[in-house]
Amino acid sequence: MTELKAVSPAAGLLPLSIGGVTLREDEMRPLTLIAPYKGQEAALAKALSAAHGLSWPAAGATSANGAARLVWFGRNAAILVGVQAAAKLAKHAALTDQSDAWSCVVLEGAGARDVLARLTPVDLRDGAFPLGATARTEVFHMACSITRLEAESWQIMGFRSMAKTLVHDLKTAMEGVAARAL
Amino acid sequence: MRLEGEGLINRGRKVSFRFDGHSYEGFEGDTLASALLANGVKLVARSFKYHRPRGILTAGSEEPNALVTVGTGGSQDPNVRATVQEIYDGLEAVSQNRWPSLDFDVMAVNDLGAPFLGAGFYYKTFMWPKVFWEKLYEPVIRRAAGLGAISGDPVTDKYERGFAHCDVLVIGSGPTGLMAALTAAEAGADVILAEEDSTLGGRLLSESGEIDGVPARDWAAAMAERLAEMGNVRIMTRTSVTGAYDGGTYGALERVAHHRPLAKGLAKECFWKIAAKRTVLAVGALERPIAFQNNDRPGVMMASAVRAYVNRWNVAPGQKIVLFGNNDSIHDVAADLLAAGVHIAALVDSRADATCQLDVPFYAGAQIVGTEGRKALEAVSISRASGVEKVAADCLGMSGGWNPTLHLTCHMNGRPEWNEAIAAFVPKVGMVPGLIAAGACNGAFSTAACLGEGVGAAQAACDALGLQAKAPKRAPEMPSAEDRPYSIAPLWAVAGKGRAWLDFQNDVTVKDVKQAAAENFRSVEHMKRYTTQGMATDQGKNSNVQALAVLADATGRGIPETGTTTYRPPFTPVAVAAMAAGAADKGFAPERFTTSHRLTVAANAPLIEAGLWYRPSYFPKAGETTWRQSCDREVGYVREAVGICDVSTLGKIDIKGRDAGAFLDLLYTNMFSTLKVGRVRYGLMLREDGHVMDDGTTARLADDHFVMTTTTAAAGEVMKHMEFVSQGLRPDLDVRFASVTEQWAQFAVAGPQARDLLNGLLDSPIDGESWPFMACGDVKILGVDGRLFRISFSGEHAYEVAVPARYGESLFQLLRARAEAMGGGAYGMEALNVLRIEKGFITHAEIHGRVTAFDIGMQGMMSKKKDFIGKGAAARPGLVEDDREMLVGLKPVGAVKQLLAGAHLYNDAAEPTRPNNQGYLTSVGYSPTLGSYLGLGFLKGGRARHGGIVQMVDHVRGVSTRCEVCHPVFLDPEGERSRD
Repeated sequence: MTELKAVSPAAGLLPLSIGGVTLREDEMRPLTLIAPYKGQEAALAKALSAAHGLSWPAAGATSANGAARLVWFGRNAAILVGVQAAAKLAKHAALTDQSDAWSCVVLEGAGARDVLARLTPVDLRDGAFPLGATARTEVFHMACSITRLEAESWQIMGFRSMAKTLVHDLKTAMEGVAARAL
Repeated sequence: MRLEGEGLINRGRKVSFRFDGHSYEGFEGDTLASALLANGVKLVARSFKYHRPRGILTAGSEEPNALVTVGTGGSQDPNVRATVQEIYDGLEAVSQNRWPSLDFDVMAVNDLGAPFLGAGFYYKTFMWPKVFWEKLYEPVIRRAAGLGAISGDPVTDKYERGFAHCDVLVIGSGPTGLMAALTAAEAGADVILAEEDSTLGGRLLSESGEIDGVPARDWAAAMAERLAEMGNVRIMTRTSVTGAYDGGTYGALERVAHHRPLAKGLAKECFWKIAAKRTVLAVGALERPIAFQNNDRPGVMMASAVRAYVNRWNVAPGQKIVLFGNNDSIHDVAADLLAAGVHIAALVDSRADATCQLDVPFYAGAQIVGTEGRKALEAVSISRASGVEKVAADCLGMSGGWNPTLHLTCHMNGRPEWNEAIAAFVPKVGMVPGLIAAGACNGAFSTAACLGEGVGAAQAACDALGLQAKAPKRAPEMPSAEDRPYSIAPLWAVAGKGRAWLDFQNDVTVKDVKQAAAENFRSVEHMKRYTTQGMATDQGKNSNVQALAVLADATGRGIPETGTTTYRPPFTPVAVAAMAAGAADKGFAPERFTTSHRLTVAANAPLIEAGLWYRPSYFPKAGETTWRQSCDREVGYVREAVGICDVSTLGKIDIKGRDAGAFLDLLYTNMFSTLKVGRVRYGLMLREDGHVMDDGTTARLADDHFVMTTTTAAAGEVMKHMEFVSQGLRPDLDVRFASVTEQWAQFAVAGPQARDLLNGLLDSPIDGESWPFMACGDVKILGVDGRLFRISFSGEHAYEVAVPARYGESLFQLLRARAEAMGGGAYGMEALNVLRIEKGFITHAEIHGRVTAFDIGMQGMMSKKKDFIGKGAAARPGLVEDDREMLVGLKPVGAVKQLLAGAHLYNDAAEPTRPNNQGYLTSVGYSPTLGSYLGLGFLKGGRARHGGIVQMVDHVRGVSTRCEVCHPVFLDPEGERSRD
């Protein structure tokens, strides 16, 4: 039987490991953009808590519960990662499926922060960007989302169509950081 | 000559390098300058204008003379300062601005013409004839004068950019900077310590004094170690902070790999943007030369440089050294030289009351009035009351005092103030917000004062950040150090005949500055531009203050009154390649690829760029030799069978909320709130000024859910516009929207067999009744949730089918194969363009920003029942006149059949000149369906001229074609083909 085959955004480009830093493509998880309707913020927060055990994140923050993570995604919006959004939420917020829209990669390792510092103007020091911190920012020329998953692990989300450039730019920075150590 | 002693070179590690083709040896830790001096090489450069032999003047980044070129081809760096370039095995440097060689430079003939080549010479001499300037004079002058050159090849080295953040940025690591960094770090601040040199210590590396009872250099090394062990201190060596910018941001250039061979992946330089909450500037002071006759000979250098070469690199720059100065520092230099066993031929102090305790020939109240020796210094003439005495010397160390290195404090247009006591400009407080100048760059010259100011500045910075309360730490105990007062008697230029150099790098003399003053260029900024003083790559670090002092004297004003020129970034040269790091060629912008990209490339389709997207131009078949053959074939697919085209690049915006319809009514000229669920409508969007912004279709998937499509080019602009309207104009509307351009891969399936093809893939087949023209809805394609729109940009029975992007490649492959089996196939942008021109459909070639709905014949789409953005402006008189240029179709009717986009239109018999212009062509294509070139364009009063004849003239390509004006829809004007 004929069927459609799924291809991930960075298929064939990753993983990469250069000088102690690795870049891998995250598995394709459900991504749902959640934008509360007018005056529905409180009701949405309640529904989120009930359905997913998540709280609405402040600007630059995330909320996590098991496999589900709610990442602040700009003005009046957050993106739910890892689980299908409960249908109930649609009463309080515009839900938009973005599962295929973003190329999600994970940069990790001892020099990962130095690699990111080649590409993003965000202050990545522990005090300014602790675990769970997130930012909509630039990765070189691209508008991206960066979230700190662990001490030395960062999730980077870029436009799906730009996956090749994202990997190229990260790879170039990884090579530069690695070459300094030699 | 290399001396005995414990400098900062590693004698156990020899390094071989080449200069101008000759091999030399030095030690690890040497700069090119110290290694050349150790090898007895004194002539290292030719000057800018007169091609005078030049040697090494300084031991730092301010070096004006010893510029060399390192590398070749795409790796060539001109104007590298030999005083900054560290040597490594295999380093190859060459001298500049000489022909045929450094030793024998033909252009040195310029020096003989010096009396004629002074300030303003070019401006006065090469006035006539006017055209000769660009064609003859300037090229000749440029060839004769100059510094290093770039190779002209594309850069092959890698450069990086980086971002760094800190609480306190300390710039400079001399006694001030080290204390500042330690104080701030102990208070708990995140500190970045940026140092231009390869090693921390600043001037302590070159001087012999003691701090806390140990040699200052050892104290600096211990401090460096202590700082390196602190987790909150980031030490950045070989990093010059080049500019101070708004909001506590600083530019800094790190020389990553100028001191070693380039390895794979390694950047040569990294250009940092450092964001600092507070900054302590501790960059010391620069010693200034004294102008006297022939003070530019190889062997004449700064006294501090002589000291640095002896102490740090154990190199004697000469065997018979004369020191000349107007302040105490030459006595310290003399003491160090004696201790190192270097012979001092004379110590010349211009101060009449100076005394000397050292066992050297001492000349108080004396001045050097001239030098001898062409390619190396041979003798100096010392003048004092008793007469002129000639003393043999092969090196002269001079000191005209010290200028605080206050450049960065002036980068936000602050002006420093004159301090009479030290005869120098010093920064004022607050010239750069958040920056505190401390130590020598603030005019505090003793070591003890520097240590103290470093602590004070760091404490002030920490106080401002509220850090001390958080981590109260006692201030570091103040180390003991020399605290002698600084004594100086200003001496800028020694009186006398002959040329006395101020700006070594641009060959500007005292006479030039006086000439400028005589010609009434009294402003220091005018003098600078007339003489070019301070306009070379060293930005006048060695000459600005002396030049303005000479100008002050010549114009009878004081120095404070005369003022300084403007200090601008960068403090040291920054390669454009470093600022553009990673952004050359394809790095200029991200590349956007559709999900069908790999298959498109595999099919050998040439790509064209649409915004950042890459789209197929056409899909060539074996045997086709021109793109037109491919294009005609692909047009035929759509008109005769079925064609497949990736249209994912069009902007797609999901719009939700109970006011979504009202929101769309405001955005579009026509009504959308009345659109039925399951239907699509074409919409036109205007800007506030009444001109067309974009067009596209919007589908209603549910009562409170629309999906809008935009053109590829305007997707971002429309999104921005919607944000503005939503946030700024109608925040009361309950509507939310999100771009889903990337979420959905969307393909046009167009042609008489489109439905048959789709029905082979859809879980539930469709028919004309369930899916009439302009229907839309959710579908399942091979079990995958998708969206189907019955819309057409070709005029044929057509659909656009969308699936989540992960399935895009697979669906494209399948659609193409099915189409091929039905006598069709994939089509590219060329065919798409022909298809839409045949139908008179517009793109941004037509809605280019200067046309109204009226111009494109869509005035009927501007609803009278509601308000919409641009409505009022579009109704302005002048935008709805009968003689406006209106969209028309054009067909060739004469012998010439070619139409060209961009060509202009003229009345049939009129002369094709600008005043007779009647319009222009925006889109053209050859229609295989109609067997003719077709054009869309704008013609004055065009709607009333259908059937008339105009001439198309392309003045650039020299083509004239007679055309018939017609309705812009050439094919199927009733639109029957798109319906069942």
